[in-house]
Amino acid sequence: MPLKPSDIQKKLPDGGKRNCKECGFPTCLAFAMKLVSGGVSLEKCPHLDPEVKEWIIDAITPPIKLVSVGTGERMLTVGEEEVVHRHEKTFLRPPGLAVLISDIETDQAINAKLKRLDEYEFTWVTFKLRADLAVLKFESGSKERYLSVVAGVAREKRPMVLMCEELGTLFAARDLVADQKPLLYPLTNANLEEALPGLKKKVVPVAVRGQNLEEVVAVTTKLRAAGVSEIMIDTSPQNLKEALRDYTLIRRAALTHTFRPLGYPIISFLPLKAEDAAQEALLAAVLVIKYASVIVLSDLHEETLFPLLVHRLSIYTDPRVPLAVEEKVYEIGAPNEVSPVVLTTNFALTYFAVASGVEASKIPGYLGVKGTDGLCVLAAWSTGKFAGETIGPFIKNSGLEGKLKKKRLIIPGLAARIKGEIEDELPGWEVIVGPKEAEELPAFMPKLFAKWKEAEGGTCG
Amino acid sequence: MKEYLETYKGNILEVTFGKEDKTITLGGENTLSFHSFEGKLPHPPLIALEVWDSPPETWPEHLRARFGDVVFSPVAWAKKCLEVYRADLICLYLTSAGTEDVDVPALASRVKELSDALPVPLIVYGVGEKDADTRALKEIAGACAGDAVLLGPVVKENYEEIGRAALEYGHRVIAQSPLDINLAKELNIKLSKFFPKERIVIDPLSSALGYGMEYSFSVMERIKQVAVIYTDNMMKMPMIANVGRDCWKTKEARENAQQGILWEAITTLTLFLAGTNLAVMSSPDSMQLVRKMITQLS
Ligand code: B12
Ligand code: SF4
Repeated sequence: MPLKPSDIQKKLPDGGKRNCKECGFPTCLAFAMKLVSGGVSLEKCPHLDPEVKEWIIDAITPPIKLVSVGTGERMLTVGEEEVVHRHEKTFLRPPGLAVLISDIETDQAINAKLKRLDEYEFTWVTFKLRADLAVLKFESGSKERYLSVVAGVAREKRPMVLMCEELGTLFAARDLVADQKPLLYPLTNANLEEALPGLKKKVVPVAVRGQNLEEVVAVTTKLRAAGVSEIMIDTSPQNLKEALRDYTLIRRAALTHTFRPLGYPIISFLPLKAEDAAQEALLAAVLVIKYASVIVLSDLHEETLFPLLVHRLSIYTDPRVPLAVEEKVYEIGAPNEVSPVVLTTNFALTYFAVASGVEASKIPGYLGVKGTDGLCVLAAWSTGKFAGETIGPFIKNSGLEGKLKKKRLIIPGLAARIKGEIEDELPGWEVIVGPKEAEELPAFMPKLFAKWKEAEGGTCG
Repeated sequence: MKEYLETYKGNILEVTFGKEDKTITLGGENTLSFHSFEGKLPHPPLIALEVWDSPPETWPEHLRARFGDVVFSPVAWAKKCLEVYRADLICLYLTSAGTEDVDVPALASRVKELSDALPVPLIVYGVGEKDADTRALKEIAGACAGDAVLLGPVVKENYEEIGRAALEYGHRVIAQSPLDINLAKELNIKLSKFFPKERIVIDPLSSALGYGMEYSFSVMERIKQVAVIYTDNMMKMPMIANVGRDCWKTKEARENAQQGILWEAITTLTLFLAGTNLAVMSSPDSMQLVRKMITQLS
């Protein structure tokens, strides 16, 4: 239920009509608008009753808390999701993928894992995809060992989760890296009382672990009362079925019922129960859809991580806006007056497939990208966005005609039926129907080029 | 936490197909996918492995190698899928139906032969070209009379012709529309004017991971919810997703075997979570992975 500024305005002095400007805004409504968008403190208005204040604070607090782990460029921020079902709007903050590191592993093994965390980066359309953080587990029983592992990980400013059942060691590790905002795990019913004084000394985000939702609620309620608010939660599901139920109920409780004790991002260790990397990736894939905000994997493997990252991107892409690139003529290689013009649409996926096809063909070319509101070739064609009528003016206005000795346009094989229309709109151009798949361009282009060369007695290229 | 559970007024219809002694039932749930904590899901999601009626020339070698020589015979291929890889059922893709010189009666009798040879019911999918499919599916409907085959796709241009043949010979149909909930409903309405709703399966079209999944996921999820939450009678049919076909066309699946397996498995699992009741897959390895997850979820 999105909050409207006018709902807040009504609670301000004189029903929001006082407009005394003491808050620094011209009107109460302007102040209310700023409150809703989250850019100002409520304290700026000196005329509010405590009760009203409390009401407003509650109303403007997002139902799922925003939590960040780490600092700087690699910081992970999750929470503040707005919908239970993706099609209601979109999911906003992709879950962090974490790799588990135990302090009983050898330094060599730990460094290898960190290297994979740092170096596995995949390019997908316009995105660079990668895993996000490290979870450091205390298992050695030696505080010294743990602290040295923590210090090592901290060096590259990697966001981290400190996972340690012994409070003394946990706090010592926190003190070592507090400026890097680690997440402390676990806070439980059993250790909370003992932990509270230490927690307050240096505030960093914490993660609560309960055996079920009720236990989590008990702990988050006490934490909140103690003034700790950056919280994540873990209900310890034993299998995927339990996770699906718990996480669904948490998301609903938070968003549909504004039940604040569950209004926190979820951290999930479930993939660690998998038998191998492939199953781990599949468990994680389900959790990406089903509301987890941090997902802990036992290790990172190139072949399973890449699909998982693309999956995360798909689920967290706004389904209302296709990814698009700018309408213009792109140059691939160093095209000249005898280079061909390759035509496609501005759906990002289409553009990248064709651009890499042309590039791989080693024939320099102009890539004319017609704006089609981000639609692929067939969808653009069937909605009239990729037709002779619109392609003609696009090519004419592109300035290409002045640059070319031979005007040759290669169109997508899937758009073969618009060949005639384009020829009508572009007199003097030769329109060639290309293959159906961009992948076939590296084979297709050189053959075509050789044919042209032959026809012209070797004068071109 | 009982207060956060929801109950649903709607449900998904049960669609049963196959001959008497070998039937399979889809759907029947009165809750969202895998929400066993707030409703009943009497028939677990199923996986069919695909079989082509011509060798799969376009498959990457690492996928094809999982089948060896059986790809030259649909019957042998199907038996391997069932006996060695333990698929729930078989989906035959009529890859040859789109060619100019296809001998339709011969094709239909090969389908009948396959239908007879298998201990499970058959799904038969055309090539997605409306005229070629009409020709082939009508003939197959007659040849397989009484086998209660699941035939598709029927689209807005050919639902009447194929639908009537399916009705006459006792088959089930797959109603396909391109990724749009309104188009799916429109086709169901038209079709159910003469065809029983309990014999229709929806194919809202799905795509591969990274290639349109962002739409397919939400379209499917929405269709299931319209039926289960909002009790829309025209959307209560179970859904099917053809996953393998699109996945193994991608560069990512082709360039690396393990990556390809995950590509297909993640896509399928995602569509099961979105609400599909039946998935058609290519790789037995991907299927095995997805099945383990379904077992955990059920
Ligand atoms: C995802 C999808 C959508 C998404 C949008 C995706 C997008 N951004 O375009 C959504 C859900 C929004 C959508 C909507 C529609 N869609 Co749609 N959609 C698809 C789907 C499933 C995948 C498309 C895709 O992502 N392709 C990947 C890209 C990379 O492919 P591509 O652009 O064709 O590029 C490849 C080749 O063409 C080639 N290539 C491209 N350029 C060039 C250039 C040269 C020179 C060469 C050689 C090669 C080349 O290289 C690329 C890779 O090989 C297809 C079905 C399918 N499985 O293909 C249907 C499909 C394209 N959609 C279709 C339709 C009809 C529609 C709608 C009109 C109907 C509707 N449902 O309302 C709407 C129109 C959009 C709108 N404005 O409302 C039809 C088109 C029918 C036709 N024309 O034949 C299809 C084919 C489904 C079908 N079988 O009916 N769609
Ligand atoms: S200080 Fe308070 S009363 Fe005055 S304009 Fe601002 S919001 Fe309104």
